[in-house]
Amino acid sequence: MLMLDKALKGSRRYWTWLLCLLCIIAAGFCFYLRQLDQGLGITGLSRDVSWGLYIAQFTFFVGVAASAVMVVLPYYLHGERQFARITILGECLAIASVIMCILFIFVDLGQPARVLNIILYPSPHSLMFWDMLSLSGYLLLNAIIAFVTLRAESEETPAPGWIKLLAILSIPWAISIHTVTAFLYSGLAGRSFWLTAILAPRFLASAFSSGPALLILLCLVLRRVAGYRVAEDAIRKLAIIMTYAMAINVFFVLVEVFTVFYAAIPEHTAHFEYLYLLGSGHNLAPCMWISAVFAVAALVILFTPALRRAQLPLACILVFISLWLEKGLGLIVGGFVPSPLGAVAHYAPTLPEWTIVAGIWSVGALLITVFYKVVLSVREEVES
Amino acid sequence: MRITRKDFLRLSGLSLLAAGCKQAVRSVNQPASGARAASTQPVRWGMVIDLGKCREKDGCSACIHACNTAHNIPQIANRAHEVKWIWTEPYATVFPSAQTGYAPQSDTETMVPLLCNHCADPPCTRVCPTQATWKRDDGIVMMDWHRCIGCRYCIAACPYGSRSFNFEDPRPSIAGINPDFPTRTKGVVEKCNFCEERLARGLKPACVDACPQHVFTFGNLADPDSEPRQLLRERFAVQREPELGTGPSVFYLV
Amino acid sequence: MLDRVGIFAGLAVFVAALTCPAWYALAHEHASSQPPNLEMPANQKECVAPAGTMRAAHMQMLIQWREDVVRRGDRRFVAFNGKVYEKSLTHTCLGCHNKEQFCDRCHAYCGVSTPYCWNCHSDPQSIARSIP
Repeated sequence: MLMLDKALKGSRRYWTWLLCLLCIIAAGFCFYLRQLDQGLGITGLSRDVSWGLYIAQFTFFVGVAASAVMVVLPYYLHGERQFARITILGECLAIASVIMCILFIFVDLGQPARVLNIILYPSPHSLMFWDMLSLSGYLLLNAIIAFVTLRAESEETPAPGWIKLLAILSIPWAISIHTVTAFLYSGLAGRSFWLTAILAPRFLASAFSSGPALLILLCLVLRRVAGYRVAEDAIRKLAIIMTYAMAINVFFVLVEVFTVFYAAIPEHTAHFEYLYLLGSGHNLAPCMWISAVFAVAALVILFTPALRRAQLPLACILVFISLWLEKGLGLIVGGFVPSPLGAVAHYAPTLPEWTIVAGIWSVGALLITVFYKVVLSVREEVES
Repeated sequence: MRITRKDFLRLSGLSLLAAGCKQAVRSVNQPASGARAASTQPVRWGMVIDLGKCREKDGCSACIHACNTAHNIPQIANRAHEVKWIWTEPYATVFPSAQTGYAPQSDTETMVPLLCNHCADPPCTRVCPTQATWKRDDGIVMMDWHRCIGCRYCIAACPYGSRSFNFEDPRPSIAGINPDFPTRTKGVVEKCNFCEERLARGLKPACVDACPQHVFTFGNLADPDSEPRQLLRERFAVQREPELGTGPSVFYLV
Repeated sequence: MLDRVGIFAGLAVFVAALTCPAWYALAHEHASSQPPNLEMPANQKECVAPAGTMRAAHMQMLIQWREDVVRRGDRRFVAFNGKVYEKSLTHTCLGCHNKEQFCDRCHAYCGVSTPYCWNCHSDPQSIARSIP
């Protein structure tokens, strides 16, 4: 019924890949058991930098999840036929990303056994309550849409009419999940690095570039590994969306830099100086500059038609890494350093932290592999 | 027994009505739980800290020691994981916007006691997703360590850095456990609670009692004749980052 | 034929897994068919509620006390016999009962894994004993 049995038949390469992922997941799980036993002290977090890699990864992958809207919107709302075959790929990516987000939050909690308190004691004044609601709803929405459309495809019947309504609902919902996540940060008066109205637009711009970048890469991988050809037209359109979104994101960052440094309020410039001034113990500065260089390089490739055609995979990788460094590392830690009392705390994720994160990435990779295997199997059966 | 649809609906409706009436009668008869205190005078606990008096006794940490002992605060060697409810920082760090650049070093380096400000409009209670921290009617920002899920959103929200997270089990780092107050467990956030357990017994907070210089004046800010209110009328006082609109209940006489 | 081997092996694993709480309890010293020998407090004859109520519902009462004290600041408890107590695990309950000779014995017998209350709340008698 769930068509998951199609994921149980695969080549040797497929099972080897799944086994590798399971090994990494097991390693991550072992370290998580250690974290449950000893506490979050085994991470690199501190009293001053109380959110780190886990929450940063959550923030980044909420963006990737929201980016499914970039394939759903052109198809369901504007009838762009090229996207017909890849909406399901985008939705599966969204499902895997949201599950990763939930896992990242879960491993970050000090008392995870009490997580249901968020539901038992609803607190509408807290953005985290709304984040939980919007993420759960988005997961449910995408799961239903993906499942129903895939089932209809496998039975060679048209999808039921109400699916279009759900798909259209998922468009503002996708925007909302990332806006709510941005509000988590931008509503805090005491953290001047985040207290900017442009944070939500920035999040959306980086989401709509990192997500399509990953989706394009996944499509190219499918082409190479499974011989599944995604329409050239669809990939081209996705690349254009990614280009404009990346350009807008870079523009937003530059806008922030101008506002902060021209107004020159010391409390605001301090965070940017920590993130970008090399030397004096600013361990994140090299990462931020790599992110900037990669972003510029990616835009150069993407805005040159010849280069964009020839080097699309490279551009996607550059975009993804650049945004991962910026949002999946710099943005969160930068908000905490300097601390409210001016302390510059050194944050570097520890081995247990990296392993748990790798474990969760592997869960996402496993889910994507299984979902795409089902989709491809269904399409193969339908075509034969 | 055959019953028609109409009869079934009639029976269900009457049963529901009867159950509803029972509930209504019961709630009317039951006395209101949590009876209010006899006095209806509003209470807003607050504190005035006299930095001049504190400065006279250089290197004193009686308030910190009293708090640590009373509340089983762990002394953790790794500074990244430290837990502190009251501590001191140099004046220039606490009031950075008041720095002129021309004050003598002796002034800018004076140690200032810092603690939770028990704000009138706390950002931390606003963001807590489980209401594990909330603002009581008497102004104290309370923590419920049974409900806290350790998400640390409140730490992110606090503009003053008043909150600490238990990164590890605190018990091994507590020298002598005071059985009158619980320790906490790893994975929850904690901060100064204005000694609400002592206030319930009619005592002043531990730091207030322990200070040999009478630096701390604690009282009801809602009562115009209370000690802190008198001090605030007589002397010039500042709060930490008042422009944020948090409304701290801790005032500093500079 | 091969299927049968797999099926019976699977069944055996399933039955072992299903009954593992029994094996676990047997392997541990607490397991006994004799009800626990509880030492009553020396100084008090009556608890804050009748013994039957306490046996059945002391955890619910403790949670009610917890919510009252922590969330409502209401520390005053009037017992069934009219006596007034402070709502406190450490002061009131452990003021009379010895944790090891009373609480732990029943918990161990019933297999109630140590309630995590003790991660935070202290047992004054064991602390007093550990002070040299």
